[in-house]
Amino acid sequence: MVRHNDHAHGSAGASPALLTDSRLDAATLIDYYRQMVLIRRFEEKCQEMYTKAKIGGFLHLYVGEEATAVGAIAALRPEDHIFTHYRDHGHAIARGLDINALMAELFGKVTGCCKGLGGSMHFADVSKNFWGGYAIVGSHLPLAVGAALGMKMQRKDSVVMAFFGDGATNCGEFYESLNFAQLWKLPVVFVCENNLYAMGTPLEVHSSVTELYRKACAFGMTSERVDGNDVLAMREAALRAVEHARSGKGPVLLEAMTYRFRGHSAQDTQKYRTKEDIERHRRNDPITRFRTLLLNEGIATEQQLRDIDRMIDDQVEAAVRFADESPEPGPEWITQAGVYAAPIAVDPPIHGE
Amino acid sequence: MPVMTFIEAIRSALHDAMAADDRIMVLGEDVAVKGGVFLATEGLLARFGEHRVIDMPIAECGIVGAAIGASLHGLLPVAEIQFADYIYPAIDQILNEAARFRYRSNGDWSCPIVVRAPCGAGIHGALYHSQSVERLFISTPGIKVVMPSTPFDAKGLLIAAIHDPDPVIFFEHKQLYRLVRGDVPEGIYREPIGKAAVRRSGSDMSVFSYGLMVHHSLTAAEELAAEGIDVEVIDLRTLAPLDREAILSSVKKTGRALIVHEDVLTGGIGGEIAALIAEHAFEYLDAPVRRLASPDLFATPFADPLEEHFMLNPQKIAAAMRDLARY
Repeated sequence: MVRHNDHAHGSAGASPALLTDSRLDAATLIDYYRQMVLIRRFEEKCQEMYTKAKIGGFLHLYVGEEATAVGAIAALRPEDHIFTHYRDHGHAIARGLDINALMAELFGKVTGCCKGLGGSMHFADVSKNFWGGYAIVGSHLPLAVGAALGMKMQRKDSVVMAFFGDGATNCGEFYESLNFAQLWKLPVVFVCENNLYAMGTPLEVHSSVTELYRKACAFGMTSERVDGNDVLAMREAALRAVEHARSGKGPVLLEAMTYRFRGHSAQDTQKYRTKEDIERHRRNDPITRFRTLLLNEGIATEQQLRDIDRMIDDQVEAAVRFADESPEPGPEWITQAGVYAAPIAVDPPIHGE
Repeated sequence: MPVMTFIEAIRSALHDAMAADDRIMVLGEDVAVKGGVFLATEGLLARFGEHRVIDMPIAECGIVGAAIGASLHGLLPVAEIQFADYIYPAIDQILNEAARFRYRSNGDWSCPIVVRAPCGAGIHGALYHSQSVERLFISTPGIKVVMPSTPFDAKGLLIAAIHDPDPVIFFEHKQLYRLVRGDVPEGIYREPIGKAAVRRSGSDMSVFSYGLMVHHSLTAAEELAAEGIDVEVIDLRTLAPLDREAILSSVKKTGRALIVHEDVLTGGIGGEIAALIAEHAFEYLDAPVRRLASPDLFATPFADPLEEHFMLNPQKIAAAMRDLARY
């Protein structure tokens, strides 16, 4: 049941898939690079805008974990669904949400993806089947399982992918979700982003088992540990998992080994790790690794990648301008949504209506 | 007497109480090495060690459940819920278990836990980092609900809560942490749970409030004083059990009552206070009882202007006071 591919601290060597997977043409590979750099620049810009007080509230950055979101989401089709946690910028960008709308959301503007009502932790876009970031740790996992149940009931072949951190694997909701998903062989791919810290508490302090993919064993669920800083390894593992789930064999738990280079939030003093720890992990930067791979394998030239970097800088600057120039929401936005939905049409109508 | 911020008073209460009583332990998310996300528990790990200050997994049900279990063996656990919005997974443990220990044992067992929870809006926390949730706890018998407004009370009430034999949910408004300063004695002292405090004596109307809204109400009361209206401001301090005597005696004196809270209107403590006054002081009233609370909406919106619109402030409270005075 358990496949254990621990390349968590691998080098930038050529991935076998690069040579054998016919779906991986140069344009696709370069696009993975583009997505990862876009996430990185977007996040760095967010930090800058937070410091300038253009962004308020709480800010949890995805810097260092880009390959996990890009690789995993690359395995999905548009009709598949995503649920994620509060560190949700990377998943939203990898899913193709408009970065203008994301930046505007962080600026609290009406043009934001949630019209300025949500902010950083609650990005959503139903047109992309992106059901949002959830900030109560583990609370979205039962929702993802329910969404998968809905797919199964309606005989759709869509898959649900749920992202969560290592900390969430200690929540009751995690175990409830794994059990039910496996019991009903539901099409869910659980992607645990193991960045070694549950907020400020290290993995070995918060979890009795530190190889988190093994937590699936109790449920007889297929699971795998994968190098979440290798975008191609992540993609391959996600493709296997998605195919497993889509074909009716049931859910899969992927444990993506990764590391966040920034604090848990923008205000984090990071007493729980040293600068040396962070520097050591920086040698395993997913973007540097993939960039080196693309150059070494002759897939892209230095100039091509530099052009992409520049294009992304412009794109992120444009998103900031868009956010800055967008109007602020007025009070009507609070009440417009209302507390209750419009009644569902039923036949015969409810007595008295 | 040292002057402390609200958060320093909380920290001082934990340090002093733990130094004096080794039954007290603290458990929660990032409370030990990090010292808590708001630094309420800073320094406790170094001083009291890892057996009394525990970094827990992110699993609130487990945190509160462990506190309840530990309390049965003579320990005095103080659990921290990092944000009050995270308390929902623990509600089963609090309302189904902690609240009922005395009942199920016919009074033999008690459950001397404290659950500290930073709450409230005004820091752009939106959906999961802005909520006021006290209304969820005030209607379950067996639970005490405390919410101080001053650094002095924060320390005195927290120490009282720690040594209270019943489960106490202790709400701390996040905006108060670094906003409010005041005299706080060193060492151990206790303020009584279940007793309100008169923050401003007045004769024209009574305002009942707690937490951050006490400060906004006092600001508004000064504005009204300039207009010749003399407002009495009562800081409830404890929502369960409610200080009924203080509420009734104030309203009998002034004949007008306004209840102000940041929690939403429906189901908030305001309804209970209004009913109490209607039942026991109806004939003293010169005007209907009024409530001013956050609107009955899903959550606090994120964007600046929306959050501002959602939240109460001294201007809105002053307007409600004027309106009531004119009746």
